Amino acid sequence: MATAPDSAAAPAPANGHAPLLDVRGLKMYFPITQGILIQRRTGWVRAVDDITFHINRGETLGLVGESGCGKSTTGRAILQLYRPTAGAVLLEGQDLTRVGGGELRRTRRKMQMIFQDPYASLNPRMTVGSIIAEPLEIHGLARGKAKQERVTELLRLVNLNPYFANRYPHEFSGGQRQRIGIARALAVEPQLIICDEPISALDVSIQAQIINLLEELQADLGLTYLFIAHDLSVVRHISDRVAVMYVGKIVELTDSNSLYEQPLHPYTRALLSAVPVPDPAVERKRRRIILTGDPASPVNPPVACRFHPRCPFAQDLCHEVEPPLAEVRPGHWVACHFWKEIEERAGPIGAPDAVE
Amino acid sequence: MSDRYWQPRPQEAATAVRAAEPLLQVRDLRTEFRTQDGVVHAVNGISYSLREGEALGIVGESGCGKSVSALTLMRLIPTPPGHIAGGEVLFQGRDLLKLKEDEIRHVRGNDIAMIFQDPMTSLNPVLTIGRQIGEALELHKGLDRKAARQRAIELLEMVGIPSARSRVDDYPHQFSGGMRQRVMIAMAISCEPRVLIADEPTTALDVTIQAQILELIKRLQTDLGMAVILITHDLGVVAGVCDRIAVMYAGYIVEEAPAEELFADPRHPYTLGLLRSVPRMDQPRGERLVPIEGLPPDLINLPAGCPFAPRCSYAVDRSETENPKLEPVGPNHRVACWVDVRAEGGDGHRA
Repeated sequence: MATAPDSAAAPAPANGHAPLLDVRGLKMYFPITQGILIQRRTGWVRAVDDITFHINRGETLGLVGESGCGKSTTGRAILQLYRPTAGAVLLEGQDLTRVGGGELRRTRRKMQMIFQDPYASLNPRMTVGSIIAEPLEIHGLARGKAKQERVTELLRLVNLNPYFANRYPHEFSGGQRQRIGIARALAVEPQLIICDEPISALDVSIQAQIINLLEELQADLGLTYLFIAHDLSVVRHISDRVAVMYVGKIVELTDSNSLYEQPLHPYTRALLSAVPVPDPAVERKRRRIILTGDPASPVNPPVACRFHPRCPFAQDLCHEVEPPLAEVRPGHWVACHFWKEIEERAGPIGAPDAVE
Repeated sequence: MSDRYWQPRPQEAATAVRAAEPLLQVRDLRTEFRTQDGVVHAVNGISYSLREGEALGIVGESGCGKSVSALTLMRLIPTPPGHIAGGEVLFQGRDLLKLKEDEIRHVRGNDIAMIFQDPMTSLNPVLTIGRQIGEALELHKGLDRKAARQRAIELLEMVGIPSARSRVDDYPHQFSGGMRQRVMIAMAISCEPRVLIADEPTTALDVTIQAQILELIKRLQTDLGMAVILITHDLGVVAGVCDRIAVMYAGYIVEEAPAEELFADPRHPYTLGLLRSVPRMDQPRGERLVPIEGLPPDLINLPAGCPFAPRCSYAVDRSETENPKLEPVGPNHRVACWVDVRAEGGDGHRA
């Protein structure tokens, strides 16, 4: 298995400051086994296959892609909920893939997760107060009266009535439960929060409440987010930079404005054009790139460029040589052999007024 | 694709005469669920009509009654606990709610077909795709097995399944999510229905696949002259597909207008709120979202007045006590609100 690529060829922080999180050559493979008693490994699911990125302090990095592209696995592998197959995950310079046991538990104070399903991620038999207090107990941060006060403070922080501490999760709506999940994540004063589709289970009118809360908390507490989602308009709204994943690889990585205004990778272009805009006047004028076929399988991904079977611009080179993720403009990384030709030939698309 | 199955049907001559009359008319439809905790008022007297070949969007959040209202007009509400408490559904001059069970069964699939959100649980895992499509054709069209299979292949080609001839003998698990939804659509259009009801057809799908399926629904609507009712929570989806849109809240239609007008000139505070609370790809970044505060009402204890009043910044005293009716505010534009949001400075969602 390849080791982490040298930092010169990877999207490294532009300024001199060390990033909060530095992910290098991360690979997460899951074995496929056959047999009932004697399990033979017959292949690998290459869920995440050699990805490199960093997140600066106080920044929000969006991670987008379709289901099965490996975005959630990336989040879990960073937290060491799965132990990565290869690569390094540096949090404040410490490689998490090399620590374990109590040491790993201590580093978890610095990073927390908010889950997608607010119905499944809260224990129905625990009161809201004890759910939020649990991380405080595990990390020995507060006891007795101090613990109760901290719970009250956390509930206020997420705009819930502190009186709710004695109630059970089933008494709350989806949006309120997500607030409880956020309070639990904030209990240990983490620096990095991995938000795994935090609003996709919520109704439209409630989604905006949670997005605004996440933004307020970031401003007040200086949090750093990895925001994993499939909804491109939400990701654009909340993220400073965005990475686009396709079948285990990052295919494009740049700041939010460039990604949405000048997408370079043909997959990003198709993805952006597929997002419906809530305005019939705009919808009628937009040019839509409809991709044929389904995303490739991470069990048996296409050789070389993984997007080539669906790519309208694919040429011979695309199924011979894998395109590296290269910095083609300052801060704009793309993994495509022909991004320049595609941009010249097809013109800009993500632009608001893309007209046929 | 052969044309011989798409010959005009006898009743088409009759419908041409009644062209001015809507194809489907829903009047004051009410559906309740009698539960242990009390009566859940899921649909509270909604009225709308659907013209031949028109695409109507029904938009709302979970629990607003959009799916229940569609299931009610197909008479697919589980009874008990469900109960159709009133109203009528006129389709080609007949009230569907008064039909006998064997009569409504002939309408379902044949005249009005439906596709659902989850294409996996809607397909039978132990029957081949060809058998499942053929079943409806044998039942409604009286085709024999061989002809039904041939027709199934044509339908699969029509909905864009590659190498349909070999895939017709595959089982549902051998298809991806998007392909399964195509199979569901093939099944739904197999008897050339006049109305296709699509209940969140793309919610379980990825965005690039969603674009494929919406494109397919639009194409079939035009090619086959079907009317479509598209039920969704996603304002973006209806914007691209529908001619007219009804917005539902707590079992009521609160606003109904042609698609362009609804987005350019929303007149109900809830519609306005929905449009303001979603980030848009075609607008500059960095603007703060304006959420709708609070939660939807409990459908067991609906407030006496306007159901949206507790969350509404435009609410007046009358909103607390009296529920406004859906009244016209312009040609083809109806709103249920005591307040004129335009006069109050709510000049569209671009404000």
